[in-house]
Amino acid sequence: MTDDKPLLALRGVRKRFGPVQALDEISFEVPAGKVTALIGDNGAGKSVTIKTISGLWQPDEGELEWDGSAVHLHGPRDSEALGIRTIYQDLALCDNLDIVQNMFLGHEPLRHRQLDEAQMELDASKTLKDLSVTTVRSIRQPVASLSGGQRQSVAVAKAVLFDAKLVIMDEPTAALGVAQTRMVLDLIKTLASRGVAVMVVSHNLNDVFEIADRITVLYLGRSVASGPATDFDRQSAVEYMTTGSATRAA
Amino acid sequence: MSTKTPDAPPPAMSDDELTAIAPEVLANSVGDYFKAWGQRIKNGESGAVPVLVGLIAIVIFFQIERSQFLTAQNLVNLMVQASLFIMFGAAEIFVLLLSEIDLSIGFGAGVGAFVIAELIAPPVSLPWWLGILGGLAAMGFLGFVQGSLIARLGLPSFIVTLGGYLGFTGLMLELANVDKTAVGGVMEIDQGSPVYKLVTSHMSPTLGWVVMVVSVAAFAAVSLLRSRSRRAQGLTTPPLGVTVLTIVVAAIGGIVVVLIGNSNQGLALATIRGLPWVIPFVLIVLLFYSWLLNRTRTGRYIYAIGANPEAARRAGIHVPRIVIFGFVMSSVTACLAGLIYESNQGSIATDIPGGQYVLFAVAAAVIGGTSLFGGRGKMLNALLGGIVIATVFDGLGLMSVGAAVQDIVTAIVLILAVTLDALVRRRATR
Repeated sequence: MTDDKPLLALRGVRKRFGPVQALDEISFEVPAGKVTALIGDNGAGKSVTIKTISGLWQPDEGELEWDGSAVHLHGPRDSEALGIRTIYQDLALCDNLDIVQNMFLGHEPLRHRQLDEAQMELDASKTLKDLSVTTVRSIRQPVASLSGGQRQSVAVAKAVLFDAKLVIMDEPTAALGVAQTRMVLDLIKTLASRGVAVMVVSHNLNDVFEIADRITVLYLGRSVASGPATDFDRQSAVEYMTTGSATRAA
Repeated sequence: MSTKTPDAPPPAMSDDELTAIAPEVLANSVGDYFKAWGQRIKNGESGAVPVLVGLIAIVIFFQIERSQFLTAQNLVNLMVQASLFIMFGAAEIFVLLLSEIDLSIGFGAGVGAFVIAELIAPPVSLPWWLGILGGLAAMGFLGFVQGSLIARLGLPSFIVTLGGYLGFTGLMLELANVDKTAVGGVMEIDQGSPVYKLVTSHMSPTLGWVVMVVSVAAFAAVSLLRSRSRRAQGLTTPPLGVTVLTIVVAAIGGIVVVLIGNSNQGLALATIRGLPWVIPFVLIVLLFYSWLLNRTRTGRYIYAIGANPEAARRAGIHVPRIVIFGFVMSSVTACLAGLIYESNQGSIATDIPGGQYVLFAVAAAVIGGTSLFGGRGKMLNALLGGIVIATVFDGLGLMSVGAAVQDIVTAIVLILAVTLDALVRRRATR
């Protein structure tokens, strides 16, 4: 690739669970300020790949490079310390807490030994504004009252609140309607334009082709194709996903 | 809710939104505020309002049936009874918020009361405050053991605290057995001890007024200053009218309680005036607990774990530690309830109805509006629920109905409250 130096690179990562070779040679790069889509059929290794990047699994072979140097992640805390935030499909929000409380959960600033609500509200409001999330009526409304797209937005805002460098999103639009999907895709583009590396795992090729700058296709635990999104079209992407190769060179 | 371009004004609120969102978050005026409240009541999300309406209906019924219901003597008696239920309710709320339950607090109160009584009586004869601290420490330890089993081993709280229910009964009997001064399982409390005086001794009427006026003034000052500072920083602020209204309601409540307390509550010959000390005592404990739940990280995490323990864990919260803390608090608060019980009785005996009290604890919390399903509730619920239960008991007592009817009526009130909670929840997840 000829773009800038990648923020994250996987080089020949392999991972075995007992008799199952979950990852068999995964190599791709994730540049900053770009949206990288990770696509593949069920069982292709998408989940194991993102869990490896989040530090939940350690690779058996191969390595992860962060900003040009090899890193060993021994747990989610290690990846968090690097600035990697993963948003799983369940979003991990507390319905009874409001937007501000959810965004700061586990990292609340204190003032005079009490929660510093004013500081939290100001910071949360600024982050949401930066991400152009303007559809929520009040940042003091409980998450239970939000739509699916808004909940996704809150999860993203929560992820970037503390200096995220790479945001990984697992099927961000899977449960959303048309309008809500639109909102989340716009949010992903905004996020990338702020210089954050975004990695999106998706089944939906429409979404992928709309937002992705780069695409990596996984097939049976191998990364079979990886490159700028312009190198792919729908047909070649589907062929890579289902057969591991394409008749037409990408 | 529809999406739209960033510049468009927000669309009109749907009923669902109005229901889910606290009115003070959205309202721009007092009128809006009441409109939002109305919608919440319609959808059964109203918190305190149905409880208050129910309470007023019960009071009217009892007053029609028995004209001595609304006398100072009876009302002060009712407040003292309520203070016990309120304390039990507060204990249960700590664990209900975590989506757990503590069945041991009834006899936990018994254990705590015995420890206090034995520490302050001869031969130990510790000062009263050390005795109370001893009781709190003992119950805190027992709560820690139960909480550890639940949080670290993942055992169901229902079973662990059912074990506690039985185990604490035995522990209480043993405490009575080993103490030679506990004749027939009864420990008398010395009448000069503050432990005895908590319920039986009264504030002077003047002191009652001073305390009430100072408290309301402090509350008003804090609310108004906070409101002004938040407005100045451009933060979400309830309309000023709502803040003022809250202060007015608090002031009226304070005046009514002090007026009742300062009326003569004595029987024919004696004159007794002033609020029993137990009432400010309970209010201060509730105030402290509310602060703990709303203004500290620990409190915030209790709510988070009750709603979504996995989200809390991923946020880096040490979930077992918070769960254990909840069980320590429920046991410690049970000890305070035991303190009120023995003060009211003038003694502590092994016949304390701990089995009933644990049910009243759950009932007070749930009737007041705390959810059995975790994450929803506040200390104010214990106050309301405790008053409702005490009112039902007191009124039925005046009507001289038997224990059978009292228990059945209380059971019906509890089942109604739980049903309401379940219906609200179903509506919310529809």
